[in-house]
Amino acid sequence: MRFESSFKIAGRALRRNKMRSVLTALGIIIGVGAVIAMVSIGNGAKAQVEQQIASLGENVILIFSGSVTSSGIRTGWGSAGTLKIEDADAIRREVPGVTAVSDEVVSTSQVSAGNQNWFTRIYGESPEYFDIRQWPLSDGAIFTPQDVRSANKVCVIGRTTATQVFGSESPVGQVLRIKGVPFLVTGVLTPKGLSPQGTDQDDIVIMPYTSAMKRVIGGTTLRGINVQVSSPNDLAPAQQQITELLRQRHNIRPGRDDDFTVRNQEEIAEAATSTSRVMTLLLGAIASVSLVVGGIGIMNIMLVSVTERTREIGVRLAVGAHGRDILTQFLIEAVTLSSIGGIIGIVVGLTASQLLSALAHWPTLISISSIVVAFLFSAAVGIFFGFYPAREAARLDPIEALRYE
Amino acid sequence: MAANHAVVSLEEVHKTYHTGEVEVRAVRGVSLGIARGEFVAIMGSSGSGKSTLMNLLGCLDRPTSGRYLLDGEDVSGLDRDQLADIRNQKLGFVFQSFNLLPRTSALENIELPLLYGRQRLTSAELEEKARKVLATVGLAGREDHHPSQLSGGQQQRVAIARALINDPEVILADEPTGNLDSRTSAEIMGIFQQLNDRGITIVMVTHEADIATCAKRNILMRDGTVQSDEPVAHRFLAQSNQT
Ligand SMILES: Nc1ncnc2c1ncn2[C@@H]1O[C@H](COP(=O)(O)OP(=O)(O)OP(=O)(O)O)[C@@H](O)[C@H]1O
Ligand SMILES: [Mg+2]
Repeated sequence: MRFESSFKIAGRALRRNKMRSVLTALGIIIGVGAVIAMVSIGNGAKAQVEQQIASLGENVILIFSGSVTSSGIRTGWGSAGTLKIEDADAIRREVPGVTAVSDEVVSTSQVSAGNQNWFTRIYGESPEYFDIRQWPLSDGAIFTPQDVRSANKVCVIGRTTATQVFGSESPVGQVLRIKGVPFLVTGVLTPKGLSPQGTDQDDIVIMPYTSAMKRVIGGTTLRGINVQVSSPNDLAPAQQQITELLRQRHNIRPGRDDDFTVRNQEEIAEAATSTSRVMTLLLGAIASVSLVVGGIGIMNIMLVSVTERTREIGVRLAVGAHGRDILTQFLIEAVTLSSIGGIIGIVVGLTASQLLSALAHWPTLISISSIVVAFLFSAAVGIFFGFYPAREAARLDPIEALRYE
Repeated sequence: MAANHAVVSLEEVHKTYHTGEVEVRAVRGVSLGIARGEFVAIMGSSGSGKSTLMNLLGCLDRPTSGRYLLDGEDVSGLDRDQLADIRNQKLGFVFQSFNLLPRTSALENIELPLLYGRQRLTSAELEEKARKVLATVGLAGREDHHPSQLSGGQQQRVAIARALINDPEVILADEPTGNLDSRTSAEIMGIFQQLNDRGITIVMVTHEADIATCAKRNILMRDGTVQSDEPVAHRFLAQSNQT
């Protein structure tokens, strides 16, 4: 039909007003750019969280003392002190598929060497802990089962703690005083970075749990137990059996709540990634608002231009344009502006996300789907916000339009 | 069709405007025949209904009552789009204020009616046609000038070229020299007379008696009716081909 003429006409009209066309498209450029950049930040954060979850180790089940009551109030993981060393031993002995178990106690404390002080987290663990978390040493050696049995004053420290207390010196073989007690540093861990919750995992001192209970923390209960099973298929049955075993050992009658919490790695990953998924959605939604604002900008400019070009429309109608031709022309103008804006916006968004990851070291991940969606959305914005002004133009009466001052 | 067949034929045409309570009878029972090849000037005091009549003749508006036959076809009952097609194919408009698209070259302005025509032409064909017509109004070499780079007379020539591009039956001009000085007006009249010599029918509104004598027939309007309608006794032949 007359469609290709309409393209020619709209193209000429846009070229006639280059500056205005550019400014109109700018709203969409910023909107689409923001969507692409924001979604890439959200996706980058999600990917990082997933990587951090993987750093927990493979096929891991975590048991915490304390539980969620039936009324939904959580007594706090690790707060109630219901897990015993014997519980860990029982799991080691009785649950099939279990390959490693580490008793865990946790505290924070001031540590010092020479005149350097540092406040850090103290973890009491079994030697298996390093296997379960897939956390090798960069220097020295881990403590032994013998150290656990004898509650020896030995420890392994994280990279952050090492540099804070010992600076550039090698900590291995040196003495670290924890609550005044001298511990021999046997090894330094490889750096692991931030946890999903955002804490520095390398700011840590890990010692035999027996030493921690006897010499640093006191008390006889565990905060938790880390368990590793041999394959993902073992996770669910092992989790089930651990729950039954612990209920039995803690004499919990049927119908009463557990006084402990069992979580497998997948559940933890689910919780953590859902947070970052919400963040991605939120960022995308905020950026979409600017895209809508850009669309309103198009509508505004198109309405102004319909008024301003009333005489032009009158001339077109006089020389034989149908209302439909005017409608198509203005719609094509709007959609052209918004889709060119969309394409430039994609380039801007990609550049922005590259810059963010290069300069600000934010993790970003560009997804093809966000690019496609942003482009289609920008074209749709053009149609949606261009339609009303275009219809106004198409309805003009030729005589009145020609007489318009 | 015979050469003296009426291109334009109005039968008891009325046009009444309703603005709120007030009723304005702008055209009250005009019957008129204009044969092919005529050159008609419509005169009359302000408000006598000349522009209203021109809008009816130009199919920009529909009569309240009466019949309008254009080239033998009754157009009084056609809808918006059908009227648009008639305007595109059979009519050419020249306005007092030129009404060229701003920031658009002379060529593209002239091509405008072709873009809404029946034929699908390539850009090259459009340009070719527009160049030819521009040359007939004496503006060869000004193809790429924008309206702001042309004098009033030159702009009006571009507008005439635009009116000519679809080979219309009738050219309708409402005060085409209203914005021009007398010398330029004479040039435009010269072009009109040339076109008329080629057989194109021209209907024009003017306030100036000397411009009216360039036509072959003068119609005087008063209060929406035709008061007098007579041939021009001493026709003034304007010099043309001046640029
Ligand atoms: N759209 C309209 N609505 C209402 N009344 C109108 C409209 N157009 C014209 N009129 C009225 O119709 C009458 C004729 O107007 P018209 O424009 O035809 O006069 P004209 O002869 O062209 O005058 P001029 O020489 O000043 O151009 C006037 O009284 C005018 O006020
Ligand atoms: Mg008038």
